Amino acid sequence: MDSKRPLLLQSPRTTNDQEFPTIPVFPELPKSKSSSSNTVTFSGVEYGQQVDHKTSSNSSTSSSKSAMSIHSMSSSKRNNSLNHSGSKKPVTVRYGSKGGGDSDGLTMSQRELRDEDARLVYINDPEKTNESFEFFGNSIRTAKYSILTFIPRNLFEQFRRVAYVYFLIIAILNQLPQLAVFGRYVSILPLAFVLFVTGVKDAFEDWRRHNSDKVENNRLASVLINDGSFVEKKWKDIRVGEIVKIKTNETIPCDIVLLSTSDPTGVAYVQTINLDGESNLKTRYAKQETGSKVQPRYTGLIKCEKPNRNIYGFMANMEIDGKKLSLGSTNIVLRGCELKNTSWALGVAVYCGRDTKAMLNSSGAPTKRSRLETRMNYEIIMLSSFLVALCTITSVCAAVWLKRHKDELNLLPYYRKLDFSKPKVDDYKYYGWGLEIFFTFLMSVIVYQVMIPIALYISIELVRVGQAYFMIEDHRLYDEATDSKFQCRALNINEDLGQIKYVFSDKTGTLTENKMEFQCASIWGVDYSSTKANIDGEQGEYSVQVDGKVLKPKMKVKVNPELLKLARSAVENEEGKRIYDFFLALATCNTIVPLVVDTPDSDVKLLDYQGESPDEQALAYAAAAYGFMLIERTSGHIVIDIHGKRLKFNVLGLHEFDSDRKRMSVILGYPDSSVKLFVKGADTTMFNVIDKSYNMDLIKSTETHLHSYSSLGLRTLVIGMKELNTSEFEEWHAAYEAASTAVFGRAALLKKISNNVESNVCILGASAIEDKLQQGVPEAIESLRAAGIKVWVLTGDKQETAISIGFSSKLLTRNMTQVIINSNNRVSCRKNLKDALERSRKLMSTFGVGNNDGAVANQIALIIDGGSLVHILDSEHEEELFQLASLCSVVLCCRVAPLQKAGIVSLVKNRTSDMTLAIGDGANDVSMIQMADVGVGISGQEGRQAVMSSDFAMGQFRFLVPLLLIHGHWNYQRLGYMILYNFYRNAVLVLVLFWYVLYTAFTLTTAINEWSSTLYSIIYSALPTIIVGILDKDLGRSTLLKFPQLYSAGQRDEAYNKKLFLLTMADTLWQSMVIFWPPLFAYWKSTIDVASIGDLWTIATVILVNLHLAMDVVRWYWVTHAVIWGSIVATFISVMIIDAIPQLPGYWAFFHVSSSGLFWALLLGIVIAALLPRLVVKFIYEYYFPSDIQISREAEKIKQYQRVAENGQIEMLPISDQQQHR
Amino acid sequence: MATNSAGSNDPTVNRRQTKRPKYSKFTQQELPACKPILTPQAVISAFLIVTAIFIPIGVASLIASRDVVEIVDRYEAACVPSNWTDKIAYIQSGADKTCKRELHVEKRMKSPIYVYYQLDNFYQNHRRYVKSRNDEQLRDAGKGNSTSGCDPESNVDGVPIVPCGLIAWSMFNDTYSFSRNNNNVTVNKKGISWKSDRDHKFGSDVFPKNFQNGTIKGGASLNETIPLSQQEDLIVWMRTAALPTFRKLYGKIEVDLEKGDVINVVLQNNYNTYSFSGKKKLVLSTTSWLGGKNDFLGIAYLSVGGLSFFLAMAFAIVYFVKPRQLGDPSYLSWNRNAAGQ
Repeated sequence: MDSKRPLLLQSPRTTNDQEFPTIPVFPELPKSKSSSSNTVTFSGVEYGQQVDHKTSSNSSTSSSKSAMSIHSMSSSKRNNSLNHSGSKKPVTVRYGSKGGGDSDGLTMSQRELRDEDARLVYINDPEKTNESFEFFGNSIRTAKYSILTFIPRNLFEQFRRVAYVYFLIIAILNQLPQLAVFGRYVSILPLAFVLFVTGVKDAFEDWRRHNSDKVENNRLASVLINDGSFVEKKWKDIRVGEIVKIKTNETIPCDIVLLSTSDPTGVAYVQTINLDGESNLKTRYAKQETGSKVQPRYTGLIKCEKPNRNIYGFMANMEIDGKKLSLGSTNIVLRGCELKNTSWALGVAVYCGRDTKAMLNSSGAPTKRSRLETRMNYEIIMLSSFLVALCTITSVCAAVWLKRHKDELNLLPYYRKLDFSKPKVDDYKYYGWGLEIFFTFLMSVIVYQVMIPIALYISIELVRVGQAYFMIEDHRLYDEATDSKFQCRALNINEDLGQIKYVFSDKTGTLTENKMEFQCASIWGVDYSSTKANIDGEQGEYSVQVDGKVLKPKMKVKVNPELLKLARSAVENEEGKRIYDFFLALATCNTIVPLVVDTPDSDVKLLDYQGESPDEQALAYAAAAYGFMLIERTSGHIVIDIHGKRLKFNVLGLHEFDSDRKRMSVILGYPDSSVKLFVKGADTTMFNVIDKSYNMDLIKSTETHLHSYSSLGLRTLVIGMKELNTSEFEEWHAAYEAASTAVFGRAALLKKISNNVESNVCILGASAIEDKLQQGVPEAIESLRAAGIKVWVLTGDKQETAISIGFSSKLLTRNMTQVIINSNNRVSCRKNLKDALERSRKLMSTFGVGNNDGAVANQIALIIDGGSLVHILDSEHEEELFQLASLCSVVLCCRVAPLQKAGIVSLVKNRTSDMTLAIGDGANDVSMIQMADVGVGISGQEGRQAVMSSDFAMGQFRFLVPLLLIHGHWNYQRLGYMILYNFYRNAVLVLVLFWYVLYTAFTLTTAINEWSSTLYSIIYSALPTIIVGILDKDLGRSTLLKFPQLYSAGQRDEAYNKKLFLLTMADTLWQSMVIFWPPLFAYWKSTIDVASIGDLWTIATVILVNLHLAMDVVRWYWVTHAVIWGSIVATFISVMIIDAIPQLPGYWAFFHVSSSGLFWALLLGIVIAALLPRLVVKFIYEYYFPSDIQISREAEKIKQYQRVAENGQIEMLPISDQQQHR
Repeated sequence: MATNSAGSNDPTVNRRQTKRPKYSKFTQQELPACKPILTPQAVISAFLIVTAIFIPIGVASLIASRDVVEIVDRYEAACVPSNWTDKIAYIQSGADKTCKRELHVEKRMKSPIYVYYQLDNFYQNHRRYVKSRNDEQLRDAGKGNSTSGCDPESNVDGVPIVPCGLIAWSMFNDTYSFSRNNNNVTVNKKGISWKSDRDHKFGSDVFPKNFQNGTIKGGASLNETIPLSQQEDLIVWMRTAALPTFRKLYGKIEVDLEKGDVINVVLQNNYNTYSFSGKKKLVLSTTSWLGGKNDFLGIAYLSVGGLSFFLAMAFAIVYFVKPRQLGDPSYLSWNRNAAGQ
């Protein structure tokens, strides 16, 4: 299904000489002891056929012959027949296709591993290894700072924010004596405060990292030392080149190349959950050559690539005993993985500490900028130009004033340009007209600096943290099945969730559960649908008795009784044979590893099929239910229990699934020495390799069945088989052998070979697997569409499957007009597109366009396939496709490649300003998730790559509804209001300062105490906006879910737009004037002093901005009360404290001025008069031009009253729960 | 991310703990909340309340303002003898600066009657001016030498000035003496400054030093034997005025002045406002709870009160004529659209 899936395959290897006691998976089975196809095992003494293409034909033949006599029957027969078939060449069986195992295929494995790019590791010789190169030790350091480096580095980190640099520049300007508006220390205070708080936070986090590093570094591991024994060593002391022994359930301390394991075939099972989150076991292999070595005497050289981040790729050579072996990603086990089901493993450390792939991959979350923040920049620019304007006005006026008074300046009592105190009479602090203007300008920048609300950036970050906390803690976003909470990986785009217009969704694993269930089979042209006779009692439970113990598959599968009967019957007729082959193919043609799991009942054991593809698991379970139970798989053979008869098949070759071929195949050596190739794959590629001449009717009927399956929404696979005769086998075998041992270009060679052998296949049938829709998907899609969000589904599935899923998920409805574009060439594609565009335009015009609010009538659904997209994307037709798509209410893209998904997202993203969200679960969705404005990862069955690259991650598709409709809405409304409020809050203060400057001969005296203006945005008014930004809710959960249409407020930018900004600024202007002028008029010609009137202005401003906020708060929690009234009280206290310092000129001013009635009368008058227009406008808007939000809010309140009246108590969440669990 | 989890996943921590968020009203954002909305009733009553509070306060402050009796006499032009055409030259000359003025009491003035001098167009709030002082020096006798910030009046010939700075240097030095029917009316010059300033801001052991000894004299001289805490004219002057037109308290007359009284003022017109065409006025005023005579507050309150009464009425009428049912879902935009089609 996806090409980036890590590989599980065994590396090419030769025989094994078992030095270690065999630990068979099933000790009960005598045969299973011979765990490799060409290993001879008898009565404790073991011989291996030393067969390699390098070894001489003679010796190997003899050894194989000698083996024959004592060999188990099946194996000897095969060897016999093969040898008999004319070949004197030694039989070497290799297993595994892309031996290099690197996921990047060709490019990686073909690349030369040049010496200068390589790292040389001498096995078991750390001294020599570390001699010429100083490799990193294994101690890790996730902590950023040490005690010494903390201050410089932390400061450097912090000053990477532009806002802080602005702070710093202002503070530095203020240090110049000519410009010192504020006291030196006062001006540094805000910056120091912010730096200090952030610094303490960073220090605390770093301290925790130090601690966890310490724990990690001091963990113990066994390391081989010179005398051949193992000693415990701390992780941090492990060096490259040392040999480490890991026992079961232990964590691997560094990246190691496996040398040998407790398993005689060199298999080790690892769990990589810490690395990529995938919980299934993966198999890793030790090379046979190293597995056979006596422990303490490992010597050899590994030449591997330089440390890199690719956790799915590894390229290296190993020279051991003069032989050169190639190593791939299946031979390396990475730090952080855990060893499972293997009692021990030995490995040589190749990457240590920070060179390990896990460490190299521990990068932070992706950074994106939110739409709101981008929009905000425009307003910031407006405010900046306003700031410049204010400064210009001030300096020009100052200049004019200076010019007009230039004759008087010398002796003007309040200016006194001349300084007589020195012997030579000179100008005092007068730098000439031009410079005075310039300095005035800079000074006014310092005074008006808060016009740019720097504190806003910090507040926004805090608010986002709070919002993220609530999203994470929301139990509606918690997924029971996977026990996963919501994850906020990107902290800075929370509010984007409230403005989404397009949702691009993957299908498999996103809309569906990705839990595959075998449903139907078409075998030899006959349809066996288990759905037909679907009685609960008939769940196939097949079990095997082994030594009195019952072994049964972990998952039950619904079976078709008819087919079950046929499958049980002996292989008598042609039909029975086909069924036999079909299920054998299902059981064998996969990469499933069966594991035995104990149950509480000691007599019953469960077989757990571990594999990466859920489809394969489903097929293997299905085969087991029909009596073809896969019991054991080693690198060389497969044991299958067929109706109680245990058969062992040699796996002669396996061609991995890849996304180009879209099929995989396995070559099996039967016990009776015949060799068969089983292929399974997608129908498109399978029909290309099918032997058409064979049976046209069969192919036709299979095709029909496939069509009907996929229109039911089932995932189909076609199964084929081919009997290989000796010459064919030989030919394949030779090529396979050569390819497998090739050091470079292995992947390409293997691909070529697999293409050669997978031809003229005889069709066996087809399987259909159901991928169930996730819970709540149809409802979720309905809600999203009602919210005005366009849902596009992009899937790799077939058109029919996609359409049927579309119907079952309520994406498509019967009365929609379907427009389908699928064509394979450019010309017809263009034509199709044009026609479709015309037709839909016509449709839309006949029925009216303004009808996109989820109304039922006449919607168009566009269905387009990947083949057509190839011709459309990145060509001049993109525009047409976009126009067509924007007419359609639903777009379904099927058979799209991962990159095309990103292409479609960018198609929309580049052409509209609408926000896009991409949601997916697999590696194939990564490009789309990264392309979209908001990327959501589903932590599902397919690993964690989607989650790793996403901004938000969650467990289920349906969580999208609460995420967008509730949290997105809230986040957006909160933040939008908060930004506007912060602009207002700072501008009011600046304007009050500015008005005063007009009465001070334009000399930037501030009546408002410098401490007060500094504390204004720290203590006086900071907290309320943050708390309101985190906690306030315009509407309750249930209302938002009940009326998804309310979401469109965000899409229409209702909470933050230019109109609102300008209105707010007009209000700001009025309020600042009301603050400033009444005291001015009232105290004109009076004895009022600067400090007293300044205190009045300070307090009036603070009360006003807090009341302004209070007026807009929707929900009053006790916290809200506390912070708003608390801020006002804090202001009074601060002002009192400041005025109680006798060293300041304004000493005792507040106490003096507040003892007069005029002060309080002015305060009351200012607050009321300033808020009056706002209240009037707000009321008129809310009452006579109510927005949807306003009406719903009223409805909520009325309903609450009613409910209180009825029940006597308030119930908080009735509707939401109903909606979700319906 | 990967590493952190790699580190913390000891085999011992294998037991599965559910990560389900704990339910609490706080984390689920369901804290009880009060949700006020602007109903017409609430808004109309709010406006009526504002009216009810503002109109009385407005009336009261207008009455208070009207009750204040104020005599203002601008004298800076009249006090230049007519034979001096150059006013600046006159004020800088050594000529006799005595000037006689007559004030007519139009209305009975109850004691205490405050005597102010009022300066117009004098920017006591000018940046250069405001900063030119040293508060430590004023307070602490031991810091007599600290004159930072006092330039250009910090020292004369290297000897620090106490009190230093432009503010002190430019201290007002006109003097007034009043008589009624040839009887002296005493002006009490004690207690005209803030008590807090006398007690804590100006030291009782700090004496003027080297004051007004420079090349040019800016204003009043100080008696070097009296500590700063008792130099009340200085203390008043050092409280820099907020606005360019300001009054400063000169003293208090503690007898009532009857209607029709003629007050003879003998003043020394020493202070130079001519160089920047500033006005000088002598003001006698009674006081009220609002301070001096100022109708602004009363008018402002009455207009706000009136406006809110008008708004309350307007809203009430509109509300009765065209009410809207709150929370009516048929107003929702999607419902309206559906109904429209």
